[in-house]
Amino acid sequence: MAIDRDEVLRIAELARLEIAPDAVERVAAQLSAVLEFAATLDTLDLDGCEPAVLAPDAAEGRPDVPGTRTFEPGVATAGAPEAEDDFFLVPPVVENLEP
Amino acid sequence: MSAPTLETWRLSAREVASRVRGGSLSAVEAMDAGWDGPAQAWEREVHAVAHTDRELRQAAAEAANTKGPLAGVPVLVKDNLCTTDYATTCGSRILAGWQSPYDATVIRRLRRAGAVVVGKANMDEFAMGSSTEFSCYGPTRNPYDLARVPGGSSGGSAAAVAYGLVPVALGSDTGGSVRQPAAFCGVFGLKPTYGRLSRYGLVAFGSSLDQVGVFARHAGDVADVYAALAGADPFDATTRPTPAPDVSAWDRGVEGLRFGWPENLWSRGVDACIVDALDRAAAALERAGAVRVPMTFLPGEYGVAAYYLVATAEASSNLARFDGVRYGHRGAASDLVSLYTRTRTEGFGPEVQRRILLGTYALSAGYYDAYYLKAQRARTRIRHEFAERFGHCDLMLMPVAPTPAFRVGEKTDDPLAMYLSDVFTIGANLAGIPGISVPMGLADGLPTAVQLLGPEDAEPVLLRAARALEVDGDRAALPRTHTTEFAWPGKR
Amino acid sequence: MAWEAVIGLECHIQLRTRTKMFCDCPVRFGAEPNTQVCPVCLGLPGALPRVNDAAIGHALRLGVALGCSIRAESVFARKNYFYPDMPKNYQVTQYDRPLCEGGVLPAQVDGEPCTFQLTRIHCEEDAGKSFHPERHGDRSLSRVDFNRAGVPLLEMVTEPVLRTPAECAAFLTALRRLVRALGVSDGDMEKGQLRCDANVSLRPAGATALGTKTEIKNLNSIKGVERGVTAEIARQARALDAGEAIVQATLLYDADHDRLAIMRTKEHAHDYRYLPDPDLPVLRVSPARIEAARASQPELPWDLEARLRSQHGLPAYDAAVLADPPELAAYFESCAAAGGAKLASNWIMTEVLRVLRERPWTLADWVERVPAERFSGFLARVASRELPGPVAKQVFAWMADEPGDVPAILERHGVRVQGSADELAPIVRQVLDENPGPVAQFLAGEGKTLGFLVGQVMKKSGGQAVPQVVQELLRGELGRRSGGG
Repeated sequence: MAIDRDEVLRIAELARLEIAPDAVERVAAQLSAVLEFAATLDTLDLDGCEPAVLAPDAAEGRPDVPGTRTFEPGVATAGAPEAEDDFFLVPPVVENLEP
Repeated sequence: MSAPTLETWRLSAREVASRVRGGSLSAVEAMDAGWDGPAQAWEREVHAVAHTDRELRQAAAEAANTKGPLAGVPVLVKDNLCTTDYATTCGSRILAGWQSPYDATVIRRLRRAGAVVVGKANMDEFAMGSSTEFSCYGPTRNPYDLARVPGGSSGGSAAAVAYGLVPVALGSDTGGSVRQPAAFCGVFGLKPTYGRLSRYGLVAFGSSLDQVGVFARHAGDVADVYAALAGADPFDATTRPTPAPDVSAWDRGVEGLRFGWPENLWSRGVDACIVDALDRAAAALERAGAVRVPMTFLPGEYGVAAYYLVATAEASSNLARFDGVRYGHRGAASDLVSLYTRTRTEGFGPEVQRRILLGTYALSAGYYDAYYLKAQRARTRIRHEFAERFGHCDLMLMPVAPTPAFRVGEKTDDPLAMYLSDVFTIGANLAGIPGISVPMGLADGLPTAVQLLGPEDAEPVLLRAARALEVDGDRAALPRTHTTEFAWPGKR
Repeated sequence: MAWEAVIGLECHIQLRTRTKMFCDCPVRFGAEPNTQVCPVCLGLPGALPRVNDAAIGHALRLGVALGCSIRAESVFARKNYFYPDMPKNYQVTQYDRPLCEGGVLPAQVDGEPCTFQLTRIHCEEDAGKSFHPERHGDRSLSRVDFNRAGVPLLEMVTEPVLRTPAECAAFLTALRRLVRALGVSDGDMEKGQLRCDANVSLRPAGATALGTKTEIKNLNSIKGVERGVTAEIARQARALDAGEAIVQATLLYDADHDRLAIMRTKEHAHDYRYLPDPDLPVLRVSPARIEAARASQPELPWDLEARLRSQHGLPAYDAAVLADPPELAAYFESCAAAGGAKLASNWIMTEVLRVLRERPWTLADWVERVPAERFSGFLARVASRELPGPVAKQVFAWMADEPGDVPAILERHGVRVQGSADELAPIVRQVLDENPGPVAQFLAGEGKTLGFLVGQVMKKSGGQAVPQVVQELLRGELGRRSGGG
């Protein structure tokens, strides 16, 4: 199998998803099936093929001028699950570091 | 103004706009015709709509620009397009009830053209699916057979046009999500050239693959909506800066056009009725003066493999923002990691979670080269293949899907089988080229269709061929919304 | 065991632009929370980035000034990780194809010139701000403000070429001066416009292999960097001397208590799953644009400093002070002729800068009130002894707040100063000739007779001479008469 149980759990943690313990094997099997199918790419001749870039060639940077899309006060937090005094509220952020 | 009649809900968008501009039909009447007519009964069974509201529809219709190219035309838009009036939820619990504070660019352009956005269409969650069975609002059914799927992920948009709720609808196509449901529901479905319709406000799934697409019952309507929406957008750096191709000559015919015929692709694994549709389409094009160019093409399986690495990788990154902090669902938690994990595990359905995991894996340290990078290189190979073939023809003819609409529940337990049904549509997304699904009549009561692909900016050619097939088609076999008493206006 | 410290710095420079890196929200300091946000920098579904061209311009100017090689095509990448101040839970940055590579920053350590090799410079976006948890009812919650999310940053990484805390301070001083001179950033560390993390490892002196490194964060000032690095070197040395292994970790420096706290150990490196951002085209910079950045480059601080030394004969210390900002050097140069370079330098470094600190005024505020011409007039009079010592200081103070040239100011305050030393010299000689007794007493060692002699000169000059000047002249003359210099 391309992905084993431990790998699935590691990936799930990276993606901030929780897989029920009795579902881990099934998920691993499903993901493995797709990855094994992805091995068909090994039979494709990729000589001279650089990774595809679809975005246009000549894109100009935007001028450094304030625009019209900035929200009015209060709009940003209007849809928030939890907010107070125009701040978003979250569980404790202990230090300014990535968790 | 004349009272809306049973006829009104069958009108093409073009006809609606013409009458609204001329004053013989009001935008409110055009909208009501869809909602108050027989479509009501259909909607109860088909469930194409995710969000709508009578007052919002009314207000939109009353405020419509009655001079625009799409004056008064009612449009249903896929639930992954941000709208300030209706909720935007992408068929997902994680965005339940979310009101977007901004409109997508294509929505703004629709409104500017006079169209009336009447609601949001049901879809597979976050556009991940080929059947519209993965929506948190429940499935959408195929109007031709309620036991079958309408296709996906833009199933709601396709079905609504098919049964006549609206004359046109917007969807999104990342691996075939406009073309495949269009085929299953017997309507036209266009995926434009990558970069021709703005993605600003389209909730991202596979950023390098996504395009907003157009559904309609008539080729001319596809052209009109495309023309109103296409063009560079300063808010989307992936839109092409050059003027969009001019599709005003969509009815010009196909005299002298060459169409590629890659028969090797359907030598096996494709239903007989689809092969028959292809044969009929080729004959019709030849009758109209086009030339068939036999050729072979790379089997689509390579594309499916590349697609499910690239699209899921991009999606795993695009969907990271759904974390319960700034909008949408929030899981109960007293620490940050639990906030994220609970929110996302509760909010995302199993298919979305599966794809996020796949994509995360494809990008993770040590695997990037073997999966994501290799898939991106395979993509270039596929682009080269298309480019080479288009040196010998102006468009290519091929199936949309191996079968007509399958049954509800038939593929939900086997993700890989579901993915492989995209084998003919995925190539266009990988290559960034345009493609259109053209209805080719019913077989055993189910719509059949063919797909036309072209090089970048070939929308004008695709529409000309689609139109040629439309006028050539055996009327008895056309989708049920086409009737002999409704005559397509001969003049533009 | 003698340990050698190997230090690399990672700096983040907040750019001086009007709008953010990927959207046109204004960059405004001190705005109300979550009022400088839009769908893009708030990470709303469906939002897309657009590159701020001015930010690229800043990056080019800095890269060119440092002699970096500039990539004609560089790529924006997504760095994926979850954190509440990250609106998209990925940061748009540059990964394996950054805009600038290599480069060298000239600096001075303890007055000695040196250079620091750089690895790279690239553009990226800043995160929002999260705050320490506070009680909300029975729960503990943190507030988050996204005004800062999306502000343009340059990330600069050095090669691990620094060896001492002093070198770290020198690096930051030079970098700060450079970004200010180029107009790329205001470089104020206290405002977070210039941030620095330090990677520190130790190895036996003379060894070539690198030791395990730790990362120090929260170094919020140049002094803080010096102290933090010092503390970490000491900590690692103690551990290594005791036979312990250094664990790879991230530490936070606490400036108030001058100590380090281990935040987390890195059992496994972060998996950021970088991918090229599919929403942004390749960043293309034409040779013409690079050339234009080169051509429009102002005099770089180190060149300016060298010129101040060579052209005006200033010592290293003066040149270093006057070169930051370049406007200060320009002011100096406009006044240098009046009374000599050193005189102008002294007055500017000591008195002008003091006024700026005290008021507080910007340099522009000062120059508006005391333009170079006016200051030159003042300096000329100081040089000619027309405005001796304490009087000069008083006139300077008046000049800062009042209009008019020196004579007008003196007039206004009724101060009359006896002319120059030339006028007093004959009187001094006359007094000494007329008072041989006190002269002899002074020369024999009785210092207090000087006061008597000063009084005599004051009487003879009509009481307008400045006592200190008289004293100086007397000492000089007495020295000559005693046979000394």
